[in-house]
Amino acid sequence: MSKPVVATTSLAGCFGCHMSILDIDERILDLIELVEFDKSPINDIKTFSRECDIGLIEGGCCNSENVEVLRDFRKHCKTLILVGECAIMGGLPALRNNIPIKECLEEAYLNSPSVTENEERIIPNDDELPIILNKVYPCQEIVKIDYYLPGCPPRADLIWETLVALIEGRKPKLDYELIKYD
Amino acid sequence: MSVVKFIIDGVECIAEKGEYLLQAARQNGIYIPSLCHLEGYKPRGSCRICNVKVNGRLMTACTTPVADGMDIENDTPELRDIRTAILEILFVEGNHFCPACERSGNCELQAQIYRHQIMAPRFPFQFPDRDVDASHPNILKDYNRCILCKRCIRAIKDENGKSFFAFKKRSHKVEISMDPTMKENLTEELAQRAMEVCPVGALLRKEKGYDTPIGKRKYDKQPIGSEIETAK
Repeated sequence: MSKPVVATTSLAGCFGCHMSILDIDERILDLIELVEFDKSPINDIKTFSRECDIGLIEGGCCNSENVEVLRDFRKHCKTLILVGECAIMGGLPALRNNIPIKECLEEAYLNSPSVTENEERIIPNDDELPIILNKVYPCQEIVKIDYYLPGCPPRADLIWETLVALIEGRKPKLDYELIKYD
Repeated sequence: MSVVKFIIDGVECIAEKGEYLLQAARQNGIYIPSLCHLEGYKPRGSCRICNVKVNGRLMTACTTPVADGMDIENDTPELRDIRTAILEILFVEGNHFCPACERSGNCELQAQIYRHQIMAPRFPFQFPDRDVDASHPNILKDYNRCILCKRCIRAIKDENGKSFFAFKKRSHKVEISMDPTMKENLTEELAQRAMEVCPVGALLRKEKGYDTPIGKRKYDKQPIGSEIETAK
């Protein structure tokens, strides 16, 4: 039997959740025995090369590219798992949800004290750039999600136990200390 | 005082007549989850987390006096689901950014969510537009996190028994406000107490926070209520 195939991505996230995946330490050796990776920043494969069994999503949707990637994941992955607060509730990027887009962009590119070299006062709007959404959307509001792993980041043991349980086809055994929202 | 006998989830319990169910259960080593309840203060029954079934009917345990022969359901799948739904509603209804909150790890809403093992709410997040009021020198009010439990209104009073806090506005716009004529009398001690009675991070003492490391906070290792259950 071939190994289950895993894909991962970071949408509007900080890659902290991917760091937490790596935080399984030496079990990463068991992981490569257990699964194969397809599209993922871990192996730098940019596009899906086959159908996957498990998709891990970090980060919420803050622009059109995030939505596209998320839908692509839903299309190619049998089981989709949200990893971390940002994917589940927007997380810190969602702090902008009650601030008008115009204000956000002006703060970022024109008015913030850290803006030193923008004499033409340009706000990037090239056609090549993804369009920023009116607010940051939790992933489950865009596509159907199968499982949720909360945490900022989710504890490595939570990710590990969930993955292994899913592959072994059993219910994960989740201790109290594994489920945290921070 | 007369003693009454009652049953919770098949376990025989005794308590003094007139005691509220929530307290009576805790005296018998049974934890009924609660959020708006504050020991020593008049119960309000606003959060509904403590819903139990008394002789088949839903009642809030914090406001129901215990009576002889009551047959109470507490830890059943049905009640757990009701409580979980309420917790999820409270969570999506505000802006609860746990990773950035000073209260995280010591927050009772979060602790109940942990206790009920909620991985994600079933309801869509509302992202309400709410303010932060940092105008007072001692206390910071973050309306994004307020769950309107009225604990601060009930507990923070001056020497004449007058509340510093009150509800302002109506319906979903309700918010906690401070009596402007009493603002100056809110001492640092009272601000500290206000922060302690607030179950979430809506009332914070200024220039204080993140002083307990992760792993040593109140609900990092043990679920809320476990101290009552282990005392049994």
